[in-house]
Amino acid sequence: MKKYTYSEKKDTRSGFGAGLHEAGQKNPNVVALCADLKGSLKMDAFADEFPERFIQIGIAEANMIGIAAGMTIGGKIPFTGTFANFSTGRVYDQIRQSVAYSNKNVKICASHAGLTLGEDGATHQILEDIGLMKMLPGMVVINPCDYNQTKAATLAIAEYEGPVYLRFGRPSIPVFTDPDQKFEIGKAWMVNEGTDVTIIATGHMVWKAIEAGEQLAALGIDAEIINIHTIKPLDEEAILKSIKKTGCVVTCEEHNKFGGLGESVARLLTTELPSPQEFVAVNDSFGESGTPDQLMTKYGLDTINIVEAAQKVLKRKK
Amino acid sequence: MKHTINELEDIVSQVRRDIVRMVHGCQSGHPGGSLGCAEFMTALYFETMNHSTDFKMDGVGEDLFFLSNGHISPVFYSVLARSGYFEVSELATFRKLNSRVQGHPTTHEGLPGIRIASGSLGQGMSVAIGAALTKKLNKDHSLVFSLHGDGELQEGQNWEAIMFAPHNKVDNLISTIDYNGQQIDGPTEKILSLENLQTKFEAFGWHVITSNGNNMEDIVKALEYAKSLTGKGRPILNLMSTQMGYGVDFMVGSHKWHGTAPNDAQLASALSQNKETIGDY
Repeated sequence: MKKYTYSEKKDTRSGFGAGLHEAGQKNPNVVALCADLKGSLKMDAFADEFPERFIQIGIAEANMIGIAAGMTIGGKIPFTGTFANFSTGRVYDQIRQSVAYSNKNVKICASHAGLTLGEDGATHQILEDIGLMKMLPGMVVINPCDYNQTKAATLAIAEYEGPVYLRFGRPSIPVFTDPDQKFEIGKAWMVNEGTDVTIIATGHMVWKAIEAGEQLAALGIDAEIINIHTIKPLDEEAILKSIKKTGCVVTCEEHNKFGGLGESVARLLTTELPSPQEFVAVNDSFGESGTPDQLMTKYGLDTINIVEAAQKVLKRKK
Repeated sequence: MKHTINELEDIVSQVRRDIVRMVHGCQSGHPGGSLGCAEFMTALYFETMNHSTDFKMDGVGEDLFFLSNGHISPVFYSVLARSGYFEVSELATFRKLNSRVQGHPTTHEGLPGIRIASGSLGQGMSVAIGAALTKKLNKDHSLVFSLHGDGELQEGQNWEAIMFAPHNKVDNLISTIDYNGQQIDGPTEKILSLENLQTKFEAFGWHVITSNGNNMEDIVKALEYAKSLTGKGRPILNLMSTQMGYGVDFMVGSHKWHGTAPNDAQLASALSQNKETIGDY
């Protein structure tokens, strides 16, 4: 097992804020819109340096999506910022018609995704957003795994032409990826090569997959760990190549088991390479109030859940 | 003036023929609101706006138009074709398979002149505001126009946009309400009353003007006046009274022709009331 260490913990939303600021410095067409959550989305640095390119919409997410779509006409690259719940479910039809169907170059940037939003509870913890967004034709869906990857992803989507959903979160988590990485949309990252079982993880679950890999190694199980930061388009080649070698897979995501990364992998395998799969995901449930760590434990998204899923899927392997 | 009122009225007559023929041709679509807005749309594209028929999505340096109530696509398509965005013969493909002339306007099939999909109601004002903000950032002094149904104002997103535009001094935007008092299920007063739209918009900080949308001279003047009000710190709202189905006697003033296609005899009657001027497609 390749050794991963970290010297600090940071929130992925701050990676977004840093990436947005840098994207704004690089490209004068980058504009940022926010629905009364500038601080929560870490958009202050951008807003302070480029006040004329920062648009405070107020608490009106539907209007924000429409204005962003309109701003692309004339060449602007709008980044919208609010919580994941209000970025997707609340404005699904606005995104569907004005952004996706109209093929507008809007970047929908969503913080506080999943259970790790914590104490605010289920009204604010969306676990369905990946499913909602990946079903929209032409929508790119990205869920990076740490501060550095989120920053790199933010810079990459500024250069990509077309609608993107970028999902990140609130809690401080280990920073373990390369600060100078080049982010390639739709390209899986091989975290650790192994032979017994493939673990595919996205977002906050990637560090837990690394911890699980270390525990599995201690049990004599050689896990291959892949980070899928881009859920759509899915890196099918990397996934198939790995599972041809290992013969089984565990998918890990901070999302409902319905509609997420796991289902995308299952759809691929069913048609191309039928293989045993276990899902580490929320079991068709809303969240609740609690600390992020408490919630991840209660809803089965801990390192131990990945270890157990790997052991279970190994037994099903022929 | 680029055209005389008589010339514009001749174009309107042809546009009305296009509308009823398109809807008859596929036995589907929305003739009522389309007919009611024929003068407005003709005035906009043939007189008021500075625009290029060499279509570029970004529309830098030209006036832009957004149709929010996308179901009145027949009048939009007719006016776009008649002003040179695409061949008028393509109007015959309205709502048919493999057509760029979709049921509701869309960019998806690449029809020149369309900059956003609309049809799901209440989204167009936000989009128009966005385009107007970009024009300001680009130091582009051309204008943005938009059209909205009155029933459409029942959608809440409009009021988010109506609140946003004055606060942010979006004064390069001229929005028009097609104030015909009708929606699918009946008169707006019975379905969900709009109360006093003029005072509502004024209370939100808009400069409101009123016009008669079925009088060519009046609507041309109103739009010129609206243009003179731009750049003064406030968005402009043109509260335009129209009659749904105007120009076809058996369709006038009734919500029953909101989304109904005429049969052969009704088509013949409608065409007899609107003379062929430029030439049918």
